[in-house]
Amino acid sequence: MMQASTQVSTDVKRVITKKPELLAPAGSLEKLKIAVHYGADAVFIGGRDFGLRSNADNFSSEEMAEGVQFAKKYGAHIYVTTNIFAHNENMDGLEEYLIDLERVGIHGIIVADPLIIETCKKVAPTLEVHLSTQQSLSNWQAVKFWKQEGLDRVVLAREVGLQEMLEMKKNVDIEIETFIHGAMCVSYSGRCVLSNHMTARDSNRGGCCQSCRWDYFLYAEKHDKGQEPLETKLFNEDDAPFAMSPKDLNLIEAIPKLVDAGINSLKIEGRMKSIHYVATVVSVYRKVIDAYCADPDHFVIDPEWIKELAKCANRPTAPAFFENTPGHVEQMFGNHSQKPNANFVGLVIDFDEDTSVVTLQQRNYFKQGDVIEFFGPEINNFTQKIDTIWDEKGNEIKVARHPLQIVKFKLDNKVYPQNMMRKEAYHE
Amino acid sequence: MKKPELLVTPANVTEVEGLVDAGATAVMVGEEEYGIRLAGEFNRDDIENALKIAHQKGAKVYVAMNALFHNESLPKLPDYIQFLSKIGVDAIVFGDPAVLMSVREHAPELKLHWNTETTATNWYSANYWGRKGSTRAVLARELNMDSIVEIKEKAEVDIEVQVHGMSCMFQSKRLLLGNYMTFQGKDLQISGRGKNQNLILHDPERKAKYPIWEDKNGTHIMSPKDMCMIDELEELFEVGVDSFKIEGIQKDYSYMRQVTSLYREAIDLYFLHPDKYNGQKENLFTELKRIQPSNRVLDTGFFFKETVY
Ligand code: SF4
Repeated sequence: MMQASTQVSTDVKRVITKKPELLAPAGSLEKLKIAVHYGADAVFIGGRDFGLRSNADNFSSEEMAEGVQFAKKYGAHIYVTTNIFAHNENMDGLEEYLIDLERVGIHGIIVADPLIIETCKKVAPTLEVHLSTQQSLSNWQAVKFWKQEGLDRVVLAREVGLQEMLEMKKNVDIEIETFIHGAMCVSYSGRCVLSNHMTARDSNRGGCCQSCRWDYFLYAEKHDKGQEPLETKLFNEDDAPFAMSPKDLNLIEAIPKLVDAGINSLKIEGRMKSIHYVATVVSVYRKVIDAYCADPDHFVIDPEWIKELAKCANRPTAPAFFENTPGHVEQMFGNHSQKPNANFVGLVIDFDEDTSVVTLQQRNYFKQGDVIEFFGPEINNFTQKIDTIWDEKGNEIKVARHPLQIVKFKLDNKVYPQNMMRKEAYHE
Repeated sequence: MKKPELLVTPANVTEVEGLVDAGATAVMVGEEEYGIRLAGEFNRDDIENALKIAHQKGAKVYVAMNALFHNESLPKLPDYIQFLSKIGVDAIVFGDPAVLMSVREHAPELKLHWNTETTATNWYSANYWGRKGSTRAVLARELNMDSIVEIKEKAEVDIEVQVHGMSCMFQSKRLLLGNYMTFQGKDLQISGRGKNQNLILHDPERKAKYPIWEDKNGTHIMSPKDMCMIDELEELFEVGVDSFKIEGIQKDYSYMRQVTSLYREAIDLYFLHPDKYNGQKENLFTELKRIQPSNRVLDTGFFFKETVY
């Protein structure tokens, strides 16, 4: 163009082309598909072995292959968590397992134990190797160490703040992944064996039973020579007991800073969470990242996004270590959880444009007259009151009460398969 | 076959001599700035003095730099490492790779012991950190006897195993005690461990009590029981574990002296003849129970316990 250069510089709209990856949890094939469909650039899943969350739904080799095929259509990557600290007895079968991950087209693994790192480099060299947060990586010298060891990416300790991330980026040229949303350990990851002692379950091999979230009672114990120790209570009868439960992480407001810092991957926690949770959180962060990158200079947080996140939250949230060491307001004493203020009640299977009738799979109780809300990547959220409901055979029904039942009713707006329907939850 | 080292953690300089006299052949010391979960605070002068005393008596001195470091701590590492190298400490105990990087650069002759407390769980990792420069792996406390034996058999580095005392269950960077007090609206001095007062968490469900404290490195919670392996050392002797550690956190000096000399006796008896140890081990255990404080029950840690996951 022939414009005078003096005019260009002030009018050009700044756009960020190098977006960070939005990385979502996927505890099952269904969740994987939802996460990718709702805008995740990558998902992390668990396999049969070598991962924490041994009780989360884990993927078989066939399911992984199907997941890979699905993700490919969207250009999304799949990472497999293999982040246990292995005991000798866990070493068998590791090579075959890693070779299989490579064969089915997994993009990378998330690892803590050097045994798995080096075995992977030897037997499955095309897999990317990402250092797990289980190593509690907290400084740039340690980041440099792992870079020299040939890792492709490091996931930081949850205790690392923005300033520290910037210094790491400045000092070491390696991909950095950090958590932006979800539940978190209150300890340095990998450095907690409360569950081993309290319940004989090995937290570093996936057995953690969240002992940190239980109630305890704080005492002082005085020792005088030659006498039995004397205990005094450090709480009154009506005080809340001692607890260590942290609020869940929520960095929605920090996304611009994370993008500017050049963080490569923004991770959402929660492989045990529902598809509704995954869909909601992923779609909100998708919108935030896209909106910021499209026009960073005029970006503002839309209050709707924050409201939207609250619809699937069952615990209060906070920004944890992002700016400061968290204080008491970032922890929970007394009551530990809240109910989300919306329930996921249906998943769209089909929409008939001629009749405006939606076909829906029931996921929770709803009935004629209910005010429901639809959301999904292709639409703007809208609410509407349900009129007549029909079952699969076309019989009119008042209530959709059977799980996974197929039902139909009329809508004012267009929806798409995989869109979700939620209903406000009423709590006494 | 050589005798295992008997490693103890004194609380101050004056304890060093007595503990070595009682039979310790190595001590681990350090300061909160670099080390975590120490029995006591040793500044640079203290370390130098401890070193003089220990070396005179033929015992080794290891210095704890086992904290998890954040960027802000990195600049002070080289100077401390150079100081430790200059005075001639026998090894640095580390968990964070930052220490390893700094030692490589500033004092490559210094020996390194790898100790992350909870993550040394297989022989491969022990050897991995060996290849990176450490000469010893301190095994996780959550391993059972079979795992320990197998690791020792396959290890290319020395293996240290804790045989006595409390172990760490938890470290958080958050100031969990301070936060609780603030939440309760109380202004209580909770930071340090007092000379004769400790804080404990009661867990009514499991009828257990866990020592807890807060310091520069965050909040630490310790095991409800003291492990005691004095009558179960055969397999560790047989496989040739290189170092037995007695943890001195929250233990008084006279207790530590007595425990050290009991383990000394156990080691010496075994190396006189395994039968002599076998004949005496019950008595040693009885003797130990006699001096054990009533609020700290003895058990065998995870040596004979299976964990599931
Ligand atoms: S008990 Fe809590 S801090 Fe410990 S591993 Fe489990 S969730 Fe993390």
